Amino acid sequence: MTEPERATEGEDRTPASATVGTGEGAGPARGMFGVSGSGDTSGYGGLVRSLVRPGAEERPYGGWVDAAADALVEVVGAEPGVVIHRGEVTFHVHREHLVEVARQLRDDPRLRFEFCGGVSGVHYPDEAGAELHAVYHLLSMTHNRRIRIEVSAPDVDPHLPSLVGVYPTLDWHERETYDMYGLVFDGHPGLARILMPDDWPGHPQRKDYPLGGIPVEYKGATVPPPDERRAYQ
Amino acid sequence: MTTETHPGTDFTEAGFDTSEGRVFTVSGQDWDTLTEELSDHADERIVVNMGPQHPSTHGVLRLILELEGETVTEARCGIGYLHTGIEKNLEYRTWTQGTTFVTRMDYLAPLFNEATYCFGVERLLDIEDDIPEKAQVLRVLLMELNRISSHLVCLATGGMELGALTVMTCGFRERELVLDLFELITGLRMNHAYVRPGGVAQDLPDGALEEIRDFITLMKKRLPEYAALCNANPIFKGRLVGVGHLDLEGCLALGLSGPVLRSTGYPWDLRKTQPYCGYEDYDFDVITWDTCDAYGRFRIRLAEMWESLRIVEQATDRLAGLVGAPVMVADKKIAWPAQLAVGSDGLGNSLDHIRHIMGESMEALIHHFKLVTEGFRVPAGQAYAAIEGPRGELGAHVVSDGGTRPFRVHFRDPSFTNLQATSVMSEGGMIADVIVAIASIDPVMGGVDR
Repeated sequence: MTEPERATEGEDRTPASATVGTGEGAGPARGMFGVSGSGDTSGYGGLVRSLVRPGAEERPYGGWVDAAADALVEVVGAEPGVVIHRGEVTFHVHREHLVEVARQLRDDPRLRFEFCGGVSGVHYPDEAGAELHAVYHLLSMTHNRRIRIEVSAPDVDPHLPSLVGVYPTLDWHERETYDMYGLVFDGHPGLARILMPDDWPGHPQRKDYPLGGIPVEYKGATVPPPDERRAYQ
Repeated sequence: MTTETHPGTDFTEAGFDTSEGRVFTVSGQDWDTLTEELSDHADERIVVNMGPQHPSTHGVLRLILELEGETVTEARCGIGYLHTGIEKNLEYRTWTQGTTFVTRMDYLAPLFNEATYCFGVERLLDIEDDIPEKAQVLRVLLMELNRISSHLVCLATGGMELGALTVMTCGFRERELVLDLFELITGLRMNHAYVRPGGVAQDLPDGALEEIRDFITLMKKRLPEYAALCNANPIFKGRLVGVGHLDLEGCLALGLSGPVLRSTGYPWDLRKTQPYCGYEDYDFDVITWDTCDAYGRFRIRLAEMWESLRIVEQATDRLAGLVGAPVMVADKKIAWPAQLAVGSDGLGNSLDHIRHIMGESMEALIHHFKLVTEGFRVPAGQAYAAIEGPRGELGAHVVSDGGTRPFRVHFRDPSFTNLQATSVMSEGGMIADVIVAIASIDPVMGGVDR
């Protein structure tokens, strides 16, 4: 379930160079309207924009973040990828270390992130090998701080360890993320669909999930589903 | 036993056999048949499916209860009946249009949904410090009015579920007054889309401050009526005291926040601990209770309405000194270009604005067109904005890829998280107490299922 080249996930996830999906394949966003071959005569078809996510920080991170990173290095032996953007702290960790990291964040008296706000999935179809992300929102009531833990899994092996043992509140949150993204949380006590019907095929919040829609015909043409329409991007 | 229908069964009161036991469908007025049929099976375990269309389950919540006599041995929730894919829909609309979607999530706290979404977007835009004071005060005013209306519905429906119909009629009577204020200020009773990235949709209409002051005066007379009716009422206390017990440890493990957490005596309120939207400038108290039960949560909500009223009063006074001040961020690349006004045919674009873009300035027309059709771009990144909703921590995880539409928006809805406590709160208790326990969580299914 692990690939050797992803062992240094912390560094690997340095988003300084990582581009975010555009829905048109990897790389920068091209054009203006998201759909090619539509007879765009506006001249915007040649527009190229590179999309850059906030980059990883170098030590010292400042404030309590260094101590938190130290505490994680103690248990997993690897430096987490730290992104600080708009005053919010994100630690990118490898999925192998997720449970240890969460337990340390919860129990270490310097950290005490005793409250978990849940997990939300994000699907980056263009990030080869790390398409599915799970983002955990932790809150330390003791120290009055927030932190985000971000972990990724490849589409071909969508497995993450379950954190229900550390934060029981994640029971339904992990079920929702499974339901919507197909991320399988190993060790979850009952990973069933929660919002969609039990027999629903597919995982609706993934970017590659077909939207369908009812074709509306007008003078021989039909209105395509929203993800295939011409729209600003 | 299951509730699956089988070919050939026609939902009559007479039971039918399944591989897991005998199944009965009860729709009222058929208890004689039922007890007769059940008399042979009285010693077996009984699984009761309650909902999703049961008036006491707060909307379309389905409860699966395993009973031994009248004691609940296992309680499980089935949710998802109100899932409408709002988060997915957001990804195909502009950032500004997003408010029209999120407002429909927790439909009893629409302004909180809008506000937390906008805080997230504004953080990514890095314009948090540029929001005009009047917009922030208006947001606080509306959120606190909304907290009052939401708590009123909680008390009203909670009362109704106990059989206290007077509490219900009173609660909805006062809520109607709040909705009238919403209609006056935002144009709509629900689904306002009033809070927008960068500020609010429009300024206060004439006479709004007087209406709010009248409301405050009236509420100060009406709120003590609830206390007089309920606080020491022996039936009320008999149903609520000690029911739905959940201590601090349980709350933190299960991620519960809001009145349930504060009923353990822990004064955690994001308005105080992590102030946003200028809450640090208002004078109010965090209400706690130390009984960890449904009665404590009832008293907390009642007292919180007083505190909200205090905040509304202070916000009204501040607004009186902010007449004519801007309610939208000054950056015209973000601020919604249309100015709204009430015309003879209802609310719409103001004629001054139409005259300006259609008759005076081609650039203004282009700008209007670009911003309305294309929207603005939000720098790539992610933000998690959390606020103290009526039910607890309401968070919006907003992810942008640098485009004109959200890449991903996830709502951490307190109803969804808090509902997980159903099993812990009701197992081992009486079946009638399940209803009380859930009412004390105050779940709103629109928020749970999104």
